[in-house]
Amino acid sequence: MDEAQAIHPPHDKAAARPTLEAWRSLALVTVGPILLAFLFCALALLIAGHDPLAYYLYVVERGVFSGQGLQQTLTRMAPLLLHAASLIIAFRAGIWNLGGDGQFLLGAVMAAALGPVLVTVAPDWITLIACMLLAMLVGALWSLVPALLRAYQGVNEIITTLMMTFLGTSFANVLVKLIFLDPATTVPQTRTLPVEDRLAWLPGTTISSGLFIGLAAVIIVHLVMTRTAFGLRLRIVGANPKAALHAGLSVSALTVIVFALSGGLAGLAGAVDIVGVFGNVRADWNPAYALAVVPLVFLARFNGWATIAFVFFYAVLDIGGESAARRIGVPQYFTLVLVATMFILLALAEWLDQQRRARQRS
Amino acid sequence: MEALLTTAFLTALVTGAVTAGIPLLLAGLGEQMSEKAGVLNVGIEGMMLAGAFAGFFAAYMSGSIALGFLAGAAGGFGVALLMALLCVRLGLNQIVIGIGLTLGFEGITALLHYNLFGRSYPRLPAVETLRIPGLADIPVLGPAFFDRPLIVYIAVALVFVASFVYRRTNLGLYLQAAGDKPAALDVTGIDVVRIRTFAVLTAGTLAGLGGAFLSEVGAGLFVPFMTNGAGFIGIVLAMLARGRPFWVLAGAAIFGACLSLTTALQVAGVNVPTDVIQMIPFAAVMAVLIIFGRNAHLPAALGIPYVRGAR
Repeated sequence: MDEAQAIHPPHDKAAARPTLEAWRSLALVTVGPILLAFLFCALALLIAGHDPLAYYLYVVERGVFSGQGLQQTLTRMAPLLLHAASLIIAFRAGIWNLGGDGQFLLGAVMAAALGPVLVTVAPDWITLIACMLLAMLVGALWSLVPALLRAYQGVNEIITTLMMTFLGTSFANVLVKLIFLDPATTVPQTRTLPVEDRLAWLPGTTISSGLFIGLAAVIIVHLVMTRTAFGLRLRIVGANPKAALHAGLSVSALTVIVFALSGGLAGLAGAVDIVGVFGNVRADWNPAYALAVVPLVFLARFNGWATIAFVFFYAVLDIGGESAARRIGVPQYFTLVLVATMFILLALAEWLDQQRRARQRS
Repeated sequence: MEALLTTAFLTALVTGAVTAGIPLLLAGLGEQMSEKAGVLNVGIEGMMLAGAFAGFFAAYMSGSIALGFLAGAAGGFGVALLMALLCVRLGLNQIVIGIGLTLGFEGITALLHYNLFGRSYPRLPAVETLRIPGLADIPVLGPAFFDRPLIVYIAVALVFVASFVYRRTNLGLYLQAAGDKPAALDVTGIDVVRIRTFAVLTAGTLAGLGGAFLSEVGAGLFVPFMTNGAGFIGIVLAMLARGRPFWVLAGAAIFGACLSLTTALQVAGVNVPTDVIQMIPFAAVMAVLIIFGRNAHLPAALGIPYVRGAR
């Protein structure tokens, strides 16, 4: 067994058919652990002297049921979904692109550099599209070196993408502080794209239409990976690169393509966050979405639909938690603990479920 | 530029490099053992943070730095126990659990700090150094290498210990086999799960020590998220070193020097954004990989849980 196979994500078996049994096990394997995580963290809240019920109700109320909160949640989903799409392609093809944050930030910085300048001479829609294309190109380019090293030298991409993400984070800062600096502000940041020139809000709301870009990306990626010959090729490369080579597939070329798509989508996530929400990049800004999305994509077993559900759920906790930090005084860090507990319990529940099925078979 | 090359500046630079490099060395050595045995330990960042907080807290409460390091090691060990249970015994996905533990302990340590200290960041007294007579009087290198806290010498000694274990002992062989061909190890009657558990727990303990070093010696205080990617650099060092402890030492020295240069130039008032200097070690590693990349090798069973009798 060679290294490429060894650290390859578990390949999905046949997609579960939606029978009653499947729904029941879905409830047990998904809802159960999530509730358990809430319960577990409620204890921590109690110990810290907060009312857990009030906190949870506030988070859910803020994240889902208050109009403004829900709009923020849906807006936050856009970059997360694009990261998820980026990871689904890579993981299904057996490639560990852990460099999403660097690709994201450079995409964001380039979009923020181009947007405010271009918008003064070109119509909004050209500006927005140009920003997104540029960010995709930059994200793809930033993944090129790991791609070539992996494809033609067999260098492990975990090292190279982590390296490039550290490099990219610093490089993004250098760009913001030295080159694309807005001379009109004292804090180092890029020029700002005016609110009216950003991605349109959905009519009557403040939800950025970036949400649809994110949803479309995940759904298209899911369909391409599961329903097309191209997706099948990538999955074969992911499942068994040697077999793929024997089947006449150009593994090296496919690897480079996967990296480009994955890096491009992460770059696009950066552009969408900038031209949709923030308008500029401040020095040292790094939301580090990619690290949080990795486990979400795994728990969804690289399935696009399940990923969308997980991302929504995560965004609710993220937005609700941000707001609760200001109002109730439970620090935002608590969201991290809650999410981490969920990841672990969900993984544990999946294990228990597999054990149960194995027993049933024997 | 001439003003930069004073003895005082060079001493501060080299001393800072050692201070910045030791946590990376400890994390890298730990991760190396874990990876050798076939467990990709992405939770190392969380283990370092647990060690950093536990170490700081124990040292702050007891006033004893030694007790702080013990607590730090115990903190890292505790997180590693979770990792070992979930990923080695139960065979859950190492990346999911690793990232989960990292995120979780980022949150837990930050929450604990907030609950216990609010927005204040109490400082620890300076750590006593162990002066090696004679050697400590060498200019520049003396104060940087031979007038340091005991833990610095221990960390460097661990490189030799690790190298000896990997090359000369059965345990070293078992660790290697657990990562390369676990089934073969199992056939010889050695429990793969036990060997891997040992490796993960050792990794956690070392990472915890590294974290405690950051808070007790490096900063003298605890700040949430203070490891700031040190664990990930440890992962990279371990992968680049391909199982050789002395390479981890070399890598930690290079990264430490770059981190130290960042601070030193700031202090000296040189007007280069720190980000440019921070890029140097990563750019250097990429350059090395581009030139010598072909020989990359990782344990064959890295990341695959071992289940007896499966396939």
